[in-house]
Amino acid sequence: MSTPAVKGSASERSWPLWEVFVRGKRGLSHVHVGSLHAPDAEMALRNGRDVYTRRQEGVSLWVVRSTDITASSPDERDSFFDPAADKVYRHPTFYEVPEDVEYL
Amino acid sequence: MIDAVARLAAAAYCLELGDDALIYGQRLGEWISRAPQIEEDMALANIGLDLVGQARVLLTRSGELDGTGRTEDDLAYFRDERQFHNVHLVEQERSDFGFEMARMLWFSAYQRELYAALVTSKDETLAGVAAKAVKEVAYHRDHASQWVLRLGDGTSESHVRMQDALGRVAPHVAELFEDDAVSVAAAEAGVGILPSSLWDRAFDHVSRVVRQATLTLPAEPTWRSRGGRDGVHSRPMGYLLAEMQHIARSHPGATW
Repeated sequence: MSTPAVKGSASERSWPLWEVFVRGKRGLSHVHVGSLHAPDAEMALRNGRDVYTRRQEGVSLWVVRSTDITASSPDERDSFFDPAADKVYRHPTFYEVPEDVEYL
Repeated sequence: MIDAVARLAAAAYCLELGDDALIYGQRLGEWISRAPQIEEDMALANIGLDLVGQARVLLTRSGELDGTGRTEDDLAYFRDERQFHNVHLVEQERSDFGFEMARMLWFSAYQRELYAALVTSKDETLAGVAAKAVKEVAYHRDHASQWVLRLGDGTSESHVRMQDALGRVAPHVAELFEDDAVSVAAAEAGVGILPSSLWDRAFDHVSRVVRQATLTLPAEPTWRSRGGRDGVHSRPMGYLLAEMQHIARSHPGATW
């Protein structure tokens, strides 16, 4: 049996990558701030605290395994996003509000 | 307000606590760029800086209370080895990561109980620094606990090395919980707390983590460190001070 080819440094092999999301204050959404390496979710949360909230940037943290995120591919950008460009009727401002409609 | 006797007791007491924090902060700073991961560099640097922050307030307070008017810098950079009152645990040389986590587990477990008790100190500055620091050291204790769990209950090699580290730290633990004359005087004056009264809770935390990490507490060590509170230090202390103090001594009064 052959050994699979190994890429990256020892630490990259042994510690998976995590994406970090910080909520700045109550009422706001969690925002992606970056990524880090950690051996497991609990340590990822602590590393996230140490790396990304040293200056009181947040009141809540999420960490997600990078491999658990399904992302759109740059190759698909044209077919994914460009078709929305000329659909002005998808914006509410496209429509004129009839005068006799109340509470709109 | 506290009377003159209590002031001097509090001054000496702040110096002991401040020296522990300062020297361990200096040791932790040595990890920057040497931790297993850049994330851990940050964590250890944050913890070291928390400790230096505590030391700054404690040394400043000591200089105010003892009537000499010495500043935090005077006390940190212009005292010699025999005038430092930290325990031997914090001055020991940086070793492997397992040793650092074992040392941090004991030291933060001690500091967590210490600051929790000092919140009611009659010295308002001491009570103030305790209220702020108790949250910081709770995090330090959590950090060390998390790593001891992972290394103890990790691979066979990490288990062996973590167990070995607990054994190497063990001879320096008793000194932390010893009722030295300064702590006794400070406790009597209502500004401090007897270190021996912190043992049960600190031991409870450490032993719980050790057990959960599938490790065992080492047997009673055959020797134990003594003398730090009286200014009698171990070999690594002089080298640590040389590194920490030489810039301030080469350029007295320099600022940036």
